[in-house]
Amino acid sequence: MNAKSLISITDFTKEEYLKIMRLAEDFEANPNQKLLQGKVIATLFFEPSTRTRLSFETAINRLGGKIIGFSDSSSSSVSKGETLHDTIKMVSNYADMIIMRHPLEGSARYASEVSSVPVINAGDGANQHPSQTLLDMYSIIKTQGTLDNINLFMVGDLKYGRTVHSLLMAMLQFENPIFNFIAPAELAMPNEYKILLTSKGIRYFEHSEFTDIINAADIIYMTRVQKERFIDPVEYEKVKNVYILRNEMLKNTKENMRILHPLPRINEIHTDVDSNPKAYYFTQAKNGVYTRMAIIAHLLNLK
Amino acid sequence: MEKHLKVSAIKDGTVIDHIPTKALFKVIKILKLEDCSQMVTFGNNLDSRAMGTKAIIKIANRFFADEEVNKIALVAPHAKLNIIRDYAVIEKKVVETPKEIRGIVHCFNPKCITNAENITTSFEVLSDKPITMKCFYCEKITSENEMIFF
Ligand SMILES: [Zn+2]
Repeated sequence: MNAKSLISITDFTKEEYLKIMRLAEDFEANPNQKLLQGKVIATLFFEPSTRTRLSFETAINRLGGKIIGFSDSSSSSVSKGETLHDTIKMVSNYADMIIMRHPLEGSARYASEVSSVPVINAGDGANQHPSQTLLDMYSIIKTQGTLDNINLFMVGDLKYGRTVHSLLMAMLQFENPIFNFIAPAELAMPNEYKILLTSKGIRYFEHSEFTDIINAADIIYMTRVQKERFIDPVEYEKVKNVYILRNEMLKNTKENMRILHPLPRINEIHTDVDSNPKAYYFTQAKNGVYTRMAIIAHLLNLK
Repeated sequence: MEKHLKVSAIKDGTVIDHIPTKALFKVIKILKLEDCSQMVTFGNNLDSRAMGTKAIIKIANRFFADEEVNKIALVAPHAKLNIIRDYAVIEKKVVETPKEIRGIVHCFNPKCITNAENITTSFEVLSDKPITMKCFYCEKITSENEMIFF
């Protein structure tokens, strides 16, 4: 339908990315702006994700909006066999915006076709989670002052990790990014992305382990290496401790280098990093609230 | 010539030639020829200098719009159409791979919403030799050997 939705990170232009960054900064400086007064926002979580839901609901509350919805499908009509189509049709008659998370890929795109109000994709299976990417970008611009000329290290599961793929796509809109990929061979960055980078003349480097190459990083983006991604458990045992970031490794890294992680972490960032000023992942999560306020305000033309 | 002996000629209609033998029944399905009330004749495993063997379909009194016939490019990318009027070929066409495919194939991704609800599939064709296409919904890329036809 005609309402403007955010389903995939590539739905937004560079101008829109920059507008979201400006709005997020504005909301961070002044978080209680009652732009959603009198509006109802539906948060439909067909699978639970407490972290993402709380972040969105905090954003809505700070904007003065009211929330309807459910936090997992067992407590909704979906458990009675209602189709996604019918749920979205009904809810889009009640609410001014739908924020949804769903285990099936493409569900949010489909919902945006069915809905008469804007839809924000808060995760559709392994496919997209664009508000995560925008908050990652906000964390980069906040700590580096720019999204241009960023030397971005991506570490861990680069094969299945949707956050790294989306961030890569978004950073292509900016000047002269450099990518460094650190991953085991079985979780390497997929070829389609490497082909894309080559075709755009963008530099990237692949490494199979952590070394002092990280001293060149502006941003180290850590992800989880999950056991269930490995066909052979022996392979997992071999690599599980190779991609752990420890405080002593950060000694010679750049002063304003920052470590990002979409959270939750397992063991890939040692807790001794947490007190290092270069550890940014908890602030990054907080940035998510301002970024989501910005996305909501933008899609509803409130700013 | 020899072809006429194997699959009888039609007065008016469309002849689809150079169909890979394995694709014959898929072409019939894609063009919904099961529901066609006109005379449809086909031959399979015919000799072909270019392809080794091939299939051919002749449909009397039917003329296809380009977007209709281009759907068969998914299974018969080298198919050629002869438009027949009064036993003579008045026009020859080759099929072209469309930029977008709607329906016809399932998304190969079992976690795609199109496999869970009643949704017409939609794909953006990324390349045609070999065919790769991206699901409009789940954004996964289906390649030629992963295609599942309705
Ligand atoms: Zn799909």
